Amino acid sequence: MRVQVAVNGEKHEADVEPRLLLVHLIREVFRQTGTHIGCDTTHCGACTVLLDGRAVKSCTVFAVQAHNRQIMTVEGLEQNGKLHPLQEGFMEEHGLQCGYCTPGMLMTSYAFLKKHPAPTEDQIRHGISGNLCRCTGYVNIVKAIQYAAARLGQGDGR
Amino acid sequence: MIPAAFEYHAPRSIGEATQLLTSLGEDAKILSGGQSLIPLMKLRLASPRHLVDINAIPGLASIQETDGVLRIGALTRESDLEDSELIRTRYPLLFDTCKVIADPIVRNLATIGGNLAHGDPANDHPATMLALGAEIVAAGPRGERRIPVAAFFTGPFATDLKADEILVEIRVPGPGRRSGAAYLKLERKIGDFATAAVAVQLELGADGSCERAGIGLTNVGETPIKATAAEAALKGKRPDEATIQRAAELAAAAARPSADLRGSAEYKKDLVRVLTARALRKALERAAGGR
Repeated sequence: MRVQVAVNGEKHEADVEPRLLLVHLIREVFRQTGTHIGCDTTHCGACTVLLDGRAVKSCTVFAVQAHNRQIMTVEGLEQNGKLHPLQEGFMEEHGLQCGYCTPGMLMTSYAFLKKHPAPTEDQIRHGISGNLCRCTGYVNIVKAIQYAAARLGQGDGR
Repeated sequence: MIPAAFEYHAPRSIGEATQLLTSLGEDAKILSGGQSLIPLMKLRLASPRHLVDINAIPGLASIQETDGVLRIGALTRESDLEDSELIRTRYPLLFDTCKVIADPIVRNLATIGGNLAHGDPANDHPATMLALGAEIVAAGPRGERRIPVAAFFTGPFATDLKADEILVEIRVPGPGRRSGAAYLKLERKIGDFATAAVAVQLELGADGSCERAGIGLTNVGETPIKATAAEAALKGKRPDEATIQRAAELAAAAARPSADLRGSAEYKKDLVRVLTARALRKALERAAGGR
């Protein structure tokens, strides 16, 4: 089947089998490998991308379901060579160690901050509860999101 | 993991969808949020030859209260229930429930219709809907029919829906003036199915006695369970501590859990007793105006 998808604003097209999963379309057909495959069983959230602005686990969506829709991946965060405040926050606050969960964490956090621009720590922890990290213990990830929330609140609006 | 090959159909209307289901028969599965079906297909526990994706059908995702009845479209995402002011303020049982289903990312796609139609006794909305006395609306080639939720779950992963029918709406009676509810779930971690969970919906009379009690149990049997004896023990009584304890014991007696990694059958039965008592107390607190 023919699918047309906008990935980070750029139009892509491909002929795919209906059983192709969205994460494979993004990584293997469009060659955008920032999105990771972790557990492949809808648990870990490493494959999280935005589908029409909603955070979804791209290992649990068929590529054909994204036809004529907008996808945003971790590659879409950086603008004109400038890191997004979330990416900056993960650097500044040491929000990653091995980095495997990071693309998913960033996309979940991006959607989360759009909905909760001034979150409490409790809201952040619930907001990222569908994304697993086995390195950090989450403390620095929470700090990184707080860093980004503060920066975005100061008008670094993206 | 790659699912077995299938043919993909994306009908634009209920009529088109039921026509497809009629012609494809048992070889077809309906794709709603896909958060249970796609994992099953990836594990090859399900290998449907055809998928009928109902996501492009307009009008199936809405939350409205009309004439004292809450109508929830089958394609309503769990996260939309969670964000709904109407659900948060008027339907505490649904609000409690949608917050503890899977995880926030899964809830962005998972639908309330899918949660029910999947017929999984470990899903959370079945118990909730049993407690609320909800009605399922199914659309088929011969039109719509309404199924009381108490008759909907017919076996493990089996419902009263026919192969050519689509669950299109859930109808919930509006809450009375003195109502209270709670859904309490014990899970090992966020995203896990319940070790056990209990849904309680109470309607009190002016004198504080219990006019109606609905109690549903999650993941302690082959189907979701309506704890009818426990409900009867509350009806017409003032829900004092002795009555609460008696109802909790009857709810535990109705549970038919099996042992697994989440615990022994005995443990789960006792968990139902404890959670029922706590849910009843919380529902009473809320009926009295508490949160």
